[in-house]
Amino acid sequence: MTTYAWTWIAILAAAALAWGIKYAGHSVPESWLENPRVHRIAGYITVAMLAALFAVQAFTTRGELVLDSRLAAVGVAVLLLWRKAPFWLVVLAAAVTAAALRWAGLP
Amino acid sequence: MARVRLGSPAREQAVSVAVATGAYGVSFGALSVAAGLDIWQTMALSLLVFTGGSQFAFIGVFGAGGAPIAAVLTSTFLGVRNGFYGVALAPVLRPIGGPRKVWASQVTIDESTAVALAQPHDDVPARREGFWWAGVGVFITWNAFTIAGAALGSALGDPARWGLDAAAAAAFLALLWPRLAPRRARVVAAVSGVVALALTPVLPAGMPILAAAVVAVVAGWRGPRSGEAVPE
Repeated sequence: MTTYAWTWIAILAAAALAWGIKYAGHSVPESWLENPRVHRIAGYITVAMLAALFAVQAFTTRGELVLDSRLAAVGVAVLLLWRKAPFWLVVLAAAVTAAALRWAGLP
Repeated sequence: MARVRLGSPAREQAVSVAVATGAYGVSFGALSVAAGLDIWQTMALSLLVFTGGSQFAFIGVFGAGGAPIAAVLTSTFLGVRNGFYGVALAPVLRPIGGPRKVWASQVTIDESTAVALAQPHDDVPARREGFWWAGVGVFITWNAFTIAGAALGSALGDPARWGLDAAAAAAFLALLWPRLAPRRARVVAAVSGVVALALTPVLPAGMPILAAAVVAVVAGWRGPRSGEAVPE
């Protein structure tokens, strides 16, 4: 099968699982999920995955650790998040920072 | 944020949230196309997966050259919290069943849960109204803006030249940021980031991110000291 077909299968699988989790949440008796350990782990999974996705997206390229214009973009993003800027502004400012540095010849 | 007058606080909050959230559907659309998905696949992610964190994760792993299964697993782990939202919303939406429950499940996300549970505890109709208006509102704006973003992304060409790789990193950081208030959450985030980076040169793309889930299990296994909050 082609990569394109596999991508479609992956999208549909991700969709079925995302919806299935939501539906299951609406269906299970509340007592099943009252276990505090399950609650804590679920909360930390979101934090852990987002942190890992951020780190890999910001500091790696094709399996290698890389420091480039993205570092400055992340600095700008942190500053804006700290100043409670809206999501779209944080993302746009990061893009503009990296694009400007690369236009100036930096990696 | 813009104030709107729609006759109830729940509706006003829901519409404000829908507009604000929808606007970052533009970044999702653009980044998805930059990661190598086509416009139809991008639209399918927003229509069918419809939970921002999981969608960004899917395209992040895919764009890094990860296997489809790694993209699906990362996306699914990030969607686990929606299951807990469903549990919290069940008393608000009860009784519910059939197509209505199918649709309520689809629009059970951060924003609809937040608006519903922000209404007074004893005002179930307001909570229900908040859930449906925010859920359906975000569904409409998120998908509309995804199409706009994907069209924009297609027109841009080389993603790195426009800083779209940095934009994707900033998007993950912005999703993470509000969850970092508890001290242990900051430790989990820092350790997860370091683990993922350390494993990147040795594991196939996508796997270092899944490995970070182990950090969450270790952190959540033992309870926090009394008085310390746990992230949702």
